[in-house]
Amino acid sequence: MGRGAVLEAEQTAAQSVSFESVRLTRIALIGNPNSGKSSLFNQLTGLNQKVGNFPGVTVDRKTGTAQLTPHHRAAIIDLPGTYSLYPKSLDEKVITDLLYDRGSSEYPDFVVVTADASNLKRNLLLYTQLADLQLPMVLALNMMDTAEQHGIQIDVAELQRQLGVPIIPMNARKGVGITALKIVMAQELGPPTQTFYQPSEELLPMIRQIRYYFNLHNDYLALHYAHQYQRLAFLSADERSYIHELCQRYGFDSVSQQAQETIARYAHISELLLDVVRVTRAEKNESYSNRIDRVLTHRVWGYLIFLGILFLLFQAIFAWAQYPMDLIDQGVAWLGGQLKARASGPLVDLAADGILAGLGGVLMFIPQIALLFAFIAVLEESGYMARVTFMMDRIMRKFGLNGKSVVPLISGMACAVPAIMSTRTIENWKDRIITIFVVPLMSCSARIPVYTVLVALVVPDEPVLGIFNLQGVALMGLYLLGFVSAVLSAWVLKTLLRAKERSFFIMEFPVYRWPRWKNVGLTIVEKVKAFVFQAGKVIVAISVLLWVLASYGPGSALQQAETQARTEAAQRAFTPEQTDNLIASQKLESSYAGVFGRSIEPVIRPLGFDWKIGIALITSFAAREVFVGTISTIYSVGQDADMSTVREKLLAEKGPDGQPFFTPARAFSLLVFYVFAMQCVSTLATTYRETKGWTWPLLQLVYMTGLAYAASLLVYQLMK
Amino acid sequence: MPTASTTSASAQRSVKDLRLGETGTICCLKDPEMALKLLEMGCIPGTRVTLNGRAPLGCPITLHVDGEYTLSLRVSEAATILLKE
Repeated sequence: MGRGAVLEAEQTAAQSVSFESVRLTRIALIGNPNSGKSSLFNQLTGLNQKVGNFPGVTVDRKTGTAQLTPHHRAAIIDLPGTYSLYPKSLDEKVITDLLYDRGSSEYPDFVVVTADASNLKRNLLLYTQLADLQLPMVLALNMMDTAEQHGIQIDVAELQRQLGVPIIPMNARKGVGITALKIVMAQELGPPTQTFYQPSEELLPMIRQIRYYFNLHNDYLALHYAHQYQRLAFLSADERSYIHELCQRYGFDSVSQQAQETIARYAHISELLLDVVRVTRAEKNESYSNRIDRVLTHRVWGYLIFLGILFLLFQAIFAWAQYPMDLIDQGVAWLGGQLKARASGPLVDLAADGILAGLGGVLMFIPQIALLFAFIAVLEESGYMARVTFMMDRIMRKFGLNGKSVVPLISGMACAVPAIMSTRTIENWKDRIITIFVVPLMSCSARIPVYTVLVALVVPDEPVLGIFNLQGVALMGLYLLGFVSAVLSAWVLKTLLRAKERSFFIMEFPVYRWPRWKNVGLTIVEKVKAFVFQAGKVIVAISVLLWVLASYGPGSALQQAETQARTEAAQRAFTPEQTDNLIASQKLESSYAGVFGRSIEPVIRPLGFDWKIGIALITSFAAREVFVGTISTIYSVGQDADMSTVREKLLAEKGPDGQPFFTPARAFSLLVFYVFAMQCVSTLATTYRETKGWTWPLLQLVYMTGLAYAASLLVYQLMK
Repeated sequence: MPTASTTSASAQRSVKDLRLGETGTICCLKDPEMALKLLEMGCIPGTRVTLNGRAPLGCPITLHVDGEYTLSLRVSEAATILLKE
């Protein structure tokens, strides 16, 4: 948590400077999705955060500090967007856990409620609930310009009188009204003078008992305890059973009470708005969005345009990202070379081949992650992503996925790491877990070198049906195999997993807007930082471990191997280069990695693999692309050999019976293994980070490796 | 009350049956749990909704709610919103 640490440091610094204020004023930002809450947060704090057009973009709770006046700093908490105080998703639960626990150290001193002025009725529902909780607050009436465009005139003074709360009209995207809001926020705020909903008389005895038992400050909060006791994280088991008994005794029906409450609130709001809002002309912006939709969600053009955008995305990730990736690769290699040229010894080897190589493996992904998230941010900001979801939902739902799973699955063909990170837009827990689980089955770009070498080895380079190339067809088959297995696994998981919440597709369909480039930039920085600091740590650690395994061996095995290789090279009159390659190969063979390779040979023999492939499997656990490098070392062609050299060497490899070792059966078994196997530490680290536990990454590892083993076994035994 | 009157529920039209561009008035919501979400989104009995568009495969659909904003939902969800005759 890089930013969290910085923030904490900032807070402590602020606390130690101003002795008079013991702690910062704590302010929570709350509002509907798409009400401009994140834009306001960006304006207030200047910290990285993103604003999207896609409902529910803010999944994590974000915090920052704002300088309200020269002498007044405040800690701002950005809460997930929500339509009401009755949580419908796990993200929204964050809000009730924070606002209903007065004892919490995070409990806000007051809240800033954002409301979209162009959509006031629905936005005021949440406001009236917060007002009934009697929290001190100010109402930020956002998007005043959009409301004006829609011909909606709001009598702010009258609204302020009716609601009994300070109201600041503003336009957060452009920064209008921020100063006024800051001045109000720096003052002592009280709760609104108007409340809106009275629970029915017969519920009062139950509500009062809860209220006095928990020493709550008002009835409405006590009512929410009755509604939500099972979900409030801070209640103890005893406290829950106390409320449970009360609810039973009074026959409390949560669902119908909630429905009644919402209907009563809307009735109240509609009446109140009669005096406040005047609509002078029909909506203009909506039909403009509609006109775009006629093309972008058209049954033919819609999908074609989506395909075109996908094509561009692939082009960006495969082709454009290659240049910066090569630069990073060469830069790291150059640094390692410099290091080795200037000093020597085991520590230098560790730094160059272990740490630096691992770091290179992390940095290599940055261009792809940055480009992918640039695309995703623009698509989300503009409102197009909601349309993709809309067009794909029906298809994806059949397989236990969700319209929102489309982008992660497609991104998975570039790299599973950013793809898994992009599942955050899926609010539904089950849909999101299934998506995360199956994304690594999509063939990512790291599998390409493995596929190329092995396909070239056993599939003849000849045309099929005149236009296609047999090798190309084989390659496409491997991609299809990955895709089909991802979809089928999703379907299986759908039947196995029990949902924690119901899957809804009821969501706001945003109007098209121009993306804010600042927000796109902030998203990229945020995602890259999250990857480098969180997944990066694990990747470097595992790389170092693998380096140790490949560079050290039991006892003096490595030295013996080197002497042996030298004698053999001398006998066969090798060139210095050939000698070095032979030494490297012999050393790897006797290293711990080699020992492991040999020890797993009995397990992988049914798949047609020998200990040499075993070593490659072990080293490619960190990252699949290591396969080619390891194979080159084992067959002593040298690390820098190009693909055709590797291929010739593998073709020449003979088995114990004198026949070519890499038969089609072996090569296909190995290919299928690489399609399915979970051989990517970065992916596991990302799954761990996104699911906040080891359960899912471990399940992923076991499932995919098991699938790989079974499929390879089948292929080898059938083709043998 | 958001629950359907049990007498003529089967014959009653729902939002699912709206033609493109057609407007209807919400009478009640059939599925109590889903009703909570729909109510929050402004689909209150008495509210006028217009079928704005369908996804290419017919599901999900988009609705104009009360002339205020656009809502997207699945056909199965729309079927729980019954309309006044």
